[in-house]
Amino acid sequence: MSEQRPITHAVVLGAFCLGFGVLLAATDLVTHDEIDLRKVEDLQNSLVQVIPQSIHDNNPVKDAVQVKNDEGKEVTVYRAIKDGKVTGVAYAIEGSGYGGPISLLLGVDAEGKILGVRATAFKETPGLGDKIDPAKSDWITRFTGLSLGNPVADKWKVKKDGGQFDQFSGATITPRGVVAAIKGGLEFYTAHKSEFMEVR
Amino acid sequence: MSADYGRIFKDGLWENNGVLCQMLGMCPTMAMTTSATNGLGMGLATLVVMATSNLLIASLRGYITQQVRIPVFILIIAAMVTLVDLTMNAWMHELYKVLGLFIPLIVSNCLPLGRAEVFAAREPVLPSFCDGLAMGLGFTAALTVIGAMREIVGSGTLFADASLLLGPAFKFMEMRLLPQDTGILVAVLPPGGFLATGLLLVVKRMLDIRAGKPIAMAGAHSV
Repeated sequence: MSEQRPITHAVVLGAFCLGFGVLLAATDLVTHDEIDLRKVEDLQNSLVQVIPQSIHDNNPVKDAVQVKNDEGKEVTVYRAIKDGKVTGVAYAIEGSGYGGPISLLLGVDAEGKILGVRATAFKETPGLGDKIDPAKSDWITRFTGLSLGNPVADKWKVKKDGGQFDQFSGATITPRGVVAAIKGGLEFYTAHKSEFMEVR
Repeated sequence: MSADYGRIFKDGLWENNGVLCQMLGMCPTMAMTTSATNGLGMGLATLVVMATSNLLIASLRGYITQQVRIPVFILIIAAMVTLVDLTMNAWMHELYKVLGLFIPLIVSNCLPLGRAEVFAAREPVLPSFCDGLAMGLGFTAALTVIGAMREIVGSGTLFADASLLLGPAFKFMEMRLLPQDTGILVAVLPPGGFLATGLLLVVKRMLDIRAGKPIAMAGAHSV
């Protein structure tokens, strides 16, 4: 084989790149819509967990509004509406974890109390930081019912930092990020409550 | 020459095990074995990629020139990983939510590349496919055992969350062997990976010595 000219190798490598590039493009084309569909299903599944069915008679995904947060970023706020009144909202919040950003969905009722929090996407260490997943630990469900005044702002931290929330053994960064994200999410609620409540 | 399938499987599972003899794929071995279930998941995902990439490389080996073989192998392995990733995300979404974390990591594993180079590039299609399967099974077994050691010592459980990976029927596998919060944390932290892997290597070598086999000292670089 060694007597082949360099151009042969270039052609072989190029052909393989092209071939597998086409294969991957085709796979992407076929799976793209399905994956988007799965994302919407996941979103709806998570929404059901942070907004109880009993408090709304609408489809929160349809009655979503765009609200600008303090950094000027658009946040999609999904709204639960019953009898023409907004009974709760849910929106994505982001915390910084050990393995990168942690995406969470936060549900808050009309009084500013947490209806539920769920982690939707994260890359935390399996067995340590992934305890924020309700399938693995009930940690994240303990936020339900809390609000900005309960506990007081000072206590919205993990125990290691003097707050009231448990960290995980071996993982402090993950719960710290989540607690900070939820606190930020509640502050966002307080600041923009009037925008959420308008029913157009 | 007809292939010796018994030999291929014996090699993959024990005699030339990817983790315990070739010492390849140490990155996922250390990182993903914090529990037996994680080890099993990583192992199974690697198995699929190794079997398919070996199959493809063996069928295309006539067209791959010697000088560009390594980039082509990496290309094929990376393409297979992406393909598995996208396909699972679309049609096996529940499983993807559990395994999705592991799949992109397979590209960083040199075991598929090692097998492509020493086996699939030289042997016919079917034996290569079997080699991928056998090496994948051996990798899965090693990772599951290391994961189990670390999980028992570190968390006091065995196969926790296995039902998320394998389906509700496997709930029976989930065991708690030690009371809550008694685990020795270092076992599930990175040093535990080295300790558990080292212990397993010792056990394997002791068994080999007892069986009167010579120890391959060049294990780490024999590929």
